[in-house]
Amino acid sequence: MIGCDSGTTDFGPHLLATGRSHFSRASVKRDLGIMIEQARRTRIPVVIGSAGGAGSDSGVAWMSDIVREIADGLGLHFTLAQIHAEQSKHAIHELLAQGRVRALPRMEELTGEGIDSSLHMVAMMGAEPIQEALSRGADVVVAGRASDASIFAALPLLAGHDPALCWHAGKILECGAAAVVQRTAPDSMQAEMHASGVDIEPLRADYRCTPQSVASHTLYENADPFKLIEPSGVLDTLQTRYDAISDRAVRITGSRFHEAAEYTVKLEGARRIGYSTVIPGAIRDPLIINQLDAWLATLDGAITARLQQTLAPSDTYTIATRVYGRNGVMGELEPVSRVEGHEVMLLWDVISGSQELSHSIAAALTHMAVHNPIPEWHGLISGVAFPFAPSEIDRGPVYEFHLNHVLVPESPTALFPIEMTAV
Amino acid sequence: MRRRLGELAQLIRSKNAGPFWLTFDVMFDDPEIYRQVRDQEVLSVERVAACYRQDPASVLVFAHDTALAIKVSFPRPVSSGSARDTDVFGGQQYAPLMDFTVDLSEATATRS
Repeated sequence: MIGCDSGTTDFGPHLLATGRSHFSRASVKRDLGIMIEQARRTRIPVVIGSAGGAGSDSGVAWMSDIVREIADGLGLHFTLAQIHAEQSKHAIHELLAQGRVRALPRMEELTGEGIDSSLHMVAMMGAEPIQEALSRGADVVVAGRASDASIFAALPLLAGHDPALCWHAGKILECGAAAVVQRTAPDSMQAEMHASGVDIEPLRADYRCTPQSVASHTLYENADPFKLIEPSGVLDTLQTRYDAISDRAVRITGSRFHEAAEYTVKLEGARRIGYSTVIPGAIRDPLIINQLDAWLATLDGAITARLQQTLAPSDTYTIATRVYGRNGVMGELEPVSRVEGHEVMLLWDVISGSQELSHSIAAALTHMAVHNPIPEWHGLISGVAFPFAPSEIDRGPVYEFHLNHVLVPESPTALFPIEMTAV
Repeated sequence: MRRRLGELAQLIRSKNAGPFWLTFDVMFDDPEIYRQVRDQEVLSVERVAACYRQDPASVLVFAHDTALAIKVSFPRPVSSGSARDTDVFGGQQYAPLMDFTVDLSEATATRS
């Protein structure tokens, strides 16, 4: 089979919130065209998971449309399975009422309000819905939100291979060539299933895998490097052996898979938190930089008071100030508190319930910031350098991930309806 | 001989582990250096928690002998891409780990 993990939460919550893809239609069509053409030539299935980036219904529809266009262009005919992962508010309300929703650690229990404020919610399928589609004769599977590894584990599991090896192969394959020694550009990876092990080998001729590079991949994007949690259980790599079988291929043996007592699927959701206007501005005056906290506090007090009297009470907006040159990158995690450079950049982010209000607040902020006084200078100062005119940049709606919960479905396939069509 | 991890590691990186967690990998190519970093508990729960001002109870540290890597994970202060986030991918949160130091044995230090 050929598989592809098309999704990620890495780019942020906007993909799920808006249903748009990060990558362009042209680039997805190019990659998918190669996969489908080669797979049909050799009569092997193609499995695409988390279609369109977030794996919502619009992503599945968008990707399926591209699949049909490719088939038309190449004169190919096959069976397409679309697996939906998007969840309606009604469905999640029902699961909540049935006690089938659990909060993950450090998360509050899901409420009706949490459901209702969602723009889109997706459940992350395991291998079973994909297996169902393959069993029903799918040549190309376009799945909504799916666990990364299940995209690749589904078929070998169906063929009866050791579940631990199927899941471990899936975890390696989901990032393509990421498990090679030195990945200079994105590329693909091959896994060959055997009775006692799985052999991992990069497809690009000048890439190579070593036991360390393959072992290291279980670290990637995973909080615990020895346990990978899947809907049906946990892949345990504590006793895994990684052996070189050539100068570029590695055999994995000894992984274990512990079946979960309860089958769970992760629920993801995104909601709009408001509309943002940002202002970049920079300071060069050492007198201001040396008392930056006091200067920012004065400005904050002044703008809050002014807005309270004019545009907006303080509970209708937020202003986040990032100070580049101090802790703009790390925020509250930054251990270095002093400012050492001779200039700093401020990035103000105003978020409120409408673009118009955010823009108005930002315009007031710009004006007040530039003249925000310090005791050393007498008279009206101009204390901020704005690199752009207009200085305020409207960013449109902004979002957040607000769900980090799991669902206990009635069956592994219950939440993931499958549509089979002849293309 | 005290040496900084930033000079010794093959790669130090940070990344989201889902939108609600940050994870850090400190990876070595020399098994002896890895062993000394691991055995001296250079990246202990307490030290990492103090550096990033986190509750030690929420910090996880793992030693991965095959990968020659120490892994650290803790929850993000705010979720990826939300109003006060500063690093959507979580990719630039590792720099303070570069300044952690290990006391290398003379033989290892002259080799590296």
